Amino acid sequence: MNDQHLLAMHHSEVQVSVELETPDVTLNLGPQHPSTHGVLRLVAKVDGEVINEVEPVIGYMHRGYEKLAEVRTYPQIVALVSRIDWVSGYASEVPLMVAVERLMDVVPPDRAQYIRLVLTEMARISSHLVFLSSYPLELGAPTPLMHALRERERVLDLIEMVTGGRFHPNFNRVGGVKPAAGAGSNQKKVVQDLPEGFVGQTLAAIQDVVGVCDDMEDLVLGNEIFLERTKGVGIIPADKALAYGVSGPNLRASGVRFDIRKTDDYLPYDRFDFDIPAGESGDCFDRYWVRLQEIREASKIIRQAVETMPSGDLLAKVPRIIKVPKGEVYVRAENPKGEMGYHVVSEGGRGPYRLKIRSASFSNLSVLPWLLKGQLVPDVIAILGSLDFVLGDVDR
Amino acid sequence: MSALLENFWVLLALKVLIIAAVIPGVALVFIFAELKISAHMQSRIGPYFAGGRWGWAQPLADGIKFMQKEDLVPEDADRPVFKAAPMVVLMGTLAVFVIVPFSPKLIVRDLDIGVFYALAAGSVTTIGVLMAGWSSANKYSLMGGLRAAAQLIAYELPLVLAVVGVVIQAGTMSMNGIVVAQIEPVFHIGEVAVRLPFLLQGQVIGFAIFMIAALAELNRTPFDMPIAESELVMGYLTEYSGIRFTMFFLAEYAGMFSMSAIAATLFLGGYYLPGVPEGALDVLGPLILMAKVSLLVFIIIWLRWTFPRLREDQLQSLAWRWLIPLALANIAGTAVAKVVL
Repeated sequence: MNDQHLLAMHHSEVQVSVELETPDVTLNLGPQHPSTHGVLRLVAKVDGEVINEVEPVIGYMHRGYEKLAEVRTYPQIVALVSRIDWVSGYASEVPLMVAVERLMDVVPPDRAQYIRLVLTEMARISSHLVFLSSYPLELGAPTPLMHALRERERVLDLIEMVTGGRFHPNFNRVGGVKPAAGAGSNQKKVVQDLPEGFVGQTLAAIQDVVGVCDDMEDLVLGNEIFLERTKGVGIIPADKALAYGVSGPNLRASGVRFDIRKTDDYLPYDRFDFDIPAGESGDCFDRYWVRLQEIREASKIIRQAVETMPSGDLLAKVPRIIKVPKGEVYVRAENPKGEMGYHVVSEGGRGPYRLKIRSASFSNLSVLPWLLKGQLVPDVIAILGSLDFVLGDVDR
Repeated sequence: MSALLENFWVLLALKVLIIAAVIPGVALVFIFAELKISAHMQSRIGPYFAGGRWGWAQPLADGIKFMQKEDLVPEDADRPVFKAAPMVVLMGTLAVFVIVPFSPKLIVRDLDIGVFYALAAGSVTTIGVLMAGWSSANKYSLMGGLRAAAQLIAYELPLVLAVVGVVIQAGTMSMNGIVVAQIEPVFHIGEVAVRLPFLLQGQVIGFAIFMIAALAELNRTPFDMPIAESELVMGYLTEYSGIRFTMFFLAEYAGMFSMSAIAATLFLGGYYLPGVPEGALDVLGPLILMAKVSLLVFIIIWLRWTFPRLREDQLQSLAWRWLIPLALANIAGTAVAKVVL
């Protein structure tokens, strides 16, 4: 009796389910891939187009900022930290300065605080506009990119007007703000205030930004295919989001109304009237919608702030050489990407003994292995994009 | 003029000229149109410098640039298949033009089964795409190739079924015959004979299904999953460079041309325009057809720069759950109308 005969007999007796063996394929998404925002690498085990397992590999962008900070003085670190999340460079500078000021027991003047607040919100708008424009691109629609980036340029122009830099302003000093403009010997003497016409141009730009938000609502949120691709895709329930340390718009999209601007007092947000938009289900659509609403809220804050901007000094009385007394402090801020925190440990020198940077994107990414399990490859791109991370913010 | 067109050899030379030179040329024009139209939709300027005015020479410059590039073949690639794939794609696209009637005489071969031949030849390109995806030895390319194959199976059916309505109405599968059927007066108002293209004779659903399926067949947005730059890094095109990439590129735009030409012939009356005397069609016919094709190509370009991309499973469910039943209903309706009226 040959084998085939045996097999036939065997088949006639018991029901054997003969399935085609389909071993998983290891697919490397990144570090060079158009949709990983730089050098994120996802090692995915895929069965066809279904992801069975995914492991994010990070570190390709590690620049050792925490270590670098230890051998620098506080004013020098400002230039470093704006490069952590380069899409909203200005926003990262503020919490560090607040931390140092708290250690030194210095309170910056009101006007300086207002300028910091306005610029932070501008950074938020520019960061969210990048997201609003690049996310449809990841889903295959290239046109919103141009529309949103055009208005982002208006905001960047304003930031440049005040600080002299579009992405890396390096504008904060311990005890307030001081423009980088007017280099050389001038820099020591001249404290340059807000440029002329700033308020008018800001109000005009804000109007355009809100206008492009309306456009996006029509063009993107009203698009049937966009809804198909995002509704119910990549749902992060509130408890999972909290457990993984997800923060910022991603957390609020899951329905948790938590905003550090309301709970902490690193900047005088309590003087302004604004809402915290929150989603319901925590899917990709909600994450998009929340950021769109946050631009409107940020515009509201900026309008109120420039209209009620107090006059006065830009810099508190601080010694020429910044020396921080012994102690440690943790200051966190609501950055466009989420919670940004600095833990400064001072041994009483001109620079920190240790600087721990808590960046939002790093924690937001930690949810990926759980979230991407069982998803399809196209949805992986949709979910990755909706988390809005910056690799510099992940690796530091 | 028409005596000259009677000469077999003159006619043959014209036909060969059209297939070999005019169609790639027109594809270049469409590439330029896409560059410019997309630019204006995105508040950009688009090509500006090449060639002097409006950057008209941009596609030519691109073509010359591609020809100068190194022809890379990945080490693990299946070399013969890898090299043959772009030719298969381009040939499949150009072969369709055999049955496109540009005027009553200007048609390479008026086959009895013209429509059938066009759809069959058009789907050959997918074999080329699958070959490209498989032979590239790249996982992304393979996924792109497989997506293209799945797409073909799902969308060839509605494409064919959408055409059946027209075939029933015209009573012929010859492309020229279909145009002639649309020249026939539908009814008379007094002395005036009203001639309507099939689109206005009740084939609206058929036309819509045909255009949607054609988009999927051409791998154009919102059905560009086989290329999907943000997911599959250009899918089956990933490993191609230089002249071979150009072939794919030309084939894409020539495919847009051929699909639009078929749609224009089947649904919009082809080279015929009501009011144009039939004697003038030999000369004006190609222009009329090109105008209709340009309109359809513009719509295809417009869609691309407006819509995001669907997901593969959503595309499948759109095809099987909506388009095919709709197309079947359309056939049944057309058949009943044909018998009753």
